[in-house]
Amino acid sequence: MDIPRNWRLRDQRYRLQGTKCTSCGERHFPPRQVCPRCKGRALEPYVFKGRGTVYSYTVVYQAPEGYEDYVPYVVALVDLEEGVRVTAQLTDISPDEVSIGMPVEMVVRKLYEEGDQGIILYGYKFRPLLTP
Amino acid sequence: MRDVAIVGIGQTPVREHWDRGLRDLAVEAILAAMDDAHIRRADALFVGNMLSGTLGFQEHLGALIAEYAGLEGIEAVKVEAACGSAAAALRQAVLAVQSGQVDVAIAVGVEKLTELASKCTTNALAMAADADYEAVMGLSFVAINALLMRRYMYEYRVNKEDFAAFTVNAHANAQHNPFAMFRMPITREQYAAAKMIADPINLLDSSPVSDGAAAVVVAAADKAWEFSEAPVRVAACEVGTDTVALDNRENPLWLKGVERSARRAYQKAGISPQEIGVYEVHDAFSIMAALSLEASGLAEPGTAVRLANEGEITPQGRIPIATMGGLKGRGHPVGATGLYQVVECVLQLRGQAPAAVQVPDVQYAMAQNIGGSGATVITTILERLTK
Ligand SMILES: [Zn+2]
Repeated sequence: MDIPRNWRLRDQRYRLQGTKCTSCGERHFPPRQVCPRCKGRALEPYVFKGRGTVYSYTVVYQAPEGYEDYVPYVVALVDLEEGVRVTAQLTDISPDEVSIGMPVEMVVRKLYEEGDQGIILYGYKFRPLLTP
Repeated sequence: MRDVAIVGIGQTPVREHWDRGLRDLAVEAILAAMDDAHIRRADALFVGNMLSGTLGFQEHLGALIAEYAGLEGIEAVKVEAACGSAAAALRQAVLAVQSGQVDVAIAVGVEKLTELASKCTTNALAMAADADYEAVMGLSFVAINALLMRRYMYEYRVNKEDFAAFTVNAHANAQHNPFAMFRMPITREQYAAAKMIADPINLLDSSPVSDGAAAVVVAAADKAWEFSEAPVRVAACEVGTDTVALDNRENPLWLKGVERSARRAYQKAGISPQEIGVYEVHDAFSIMAALSLEASGLAEPGTAVRLANEGEITPQGRIPIATMGGLKGRGHPVGATGLYQVVECVLQLRGQAPAAVQVPDVQYAMAQNIGGSGATVITTILERLTK
């Protein structure tokens, strides 16, 4: 992916910034221009706390190009406390320790490297909850 | 709006066609469909395709394929909706003829997935998902379906081994279909031992990367008998959508796109789900077959796997699916798949399916083509016509 595209997404990748609807209070990640619930257009930025639980997960053995070095890795659907679900890798945990319902928190880690000369992309992952 | 019918069908075998290009495959399917309808011309061509640009560096398929099929000069465009592209093209052909703007339209779906190395194909297929929020996390298309399957097993207390019933049925049927990619049966033991791709999805849960093309000729129903000895009425061809990213769905185990599309189709056709005699399901993965059966109103939530294990999905069962192998056994040339499903439904309605998988006296057959993990769904209901 090109540099401007990743730069554009920095608030999402590094701090889970989404939007909150000023009409109905619904929160969204990724950020939106139209609230899916009430169709309102008055939205403001909202930074998610980054804590949640695992809704589902998979252990990837055959990775897409660029991710081969990391197999096996875990990708999960995480239910955030604020009531939004995000897709992210789990980190600091071995695949056989993961379970549905386990509490996790967001950290920023390397997502991938684009070859020797390309960019190194960082973004959110989730680890088992350490912070009380 | 006038009634429309399918008056001609054509398909190429689903294979790794190393010796044939995208246009060769598309033209073969189109010519077969035109011969079947006894026509030498058409007014419009709608080409379903997902990845010709990414994998073959070729876009602009409408004009290109019209030209090589001997149809140069007619209206022709490409239609894209990920793995739902082919049925989305059929929808355009149906609308064109229904409206009266066009008398004879051809819909063709074509895909050439083996053009590049398999890693590129994996990345390209992930383009059906959200690039910024799903694919970037290292999530392949298989992995997205694995997330669904894991949650399904958890919520409904279903064992992984029980999903074998879908694969076993698909392969058992595919062996009778000369156009199918995998013409050999598989056992539950082979399923249990298959290599894991994205746990819990293994190789035998997944449809194969392959090439192929399928086409149909659409004409006004009141003229259908002028073209064909066995025309089939398009009772409905309805599109429903859902969020592209799985995580934006409140309940990912309920495919709202399927529900919306199927409900519209039943309503348009004026029938209930129970009247469907054959259901060509979008079984790109076993879990998709289960979720589709449920959201289409053919099984209660959480019961599709049991239904499959009770033998109800075989050609002799209550709701036969994947009668010619489905995506798993026939193969899944993504942007062509939806029209393979339709061609197979037409064969069933005509009574021209291979004897071992022919379902007797089918009045209504349903083909359901899905783009992505359920974001675009096209449900087509076909009805047998009698003179
Ligand atoms: Zn709102």
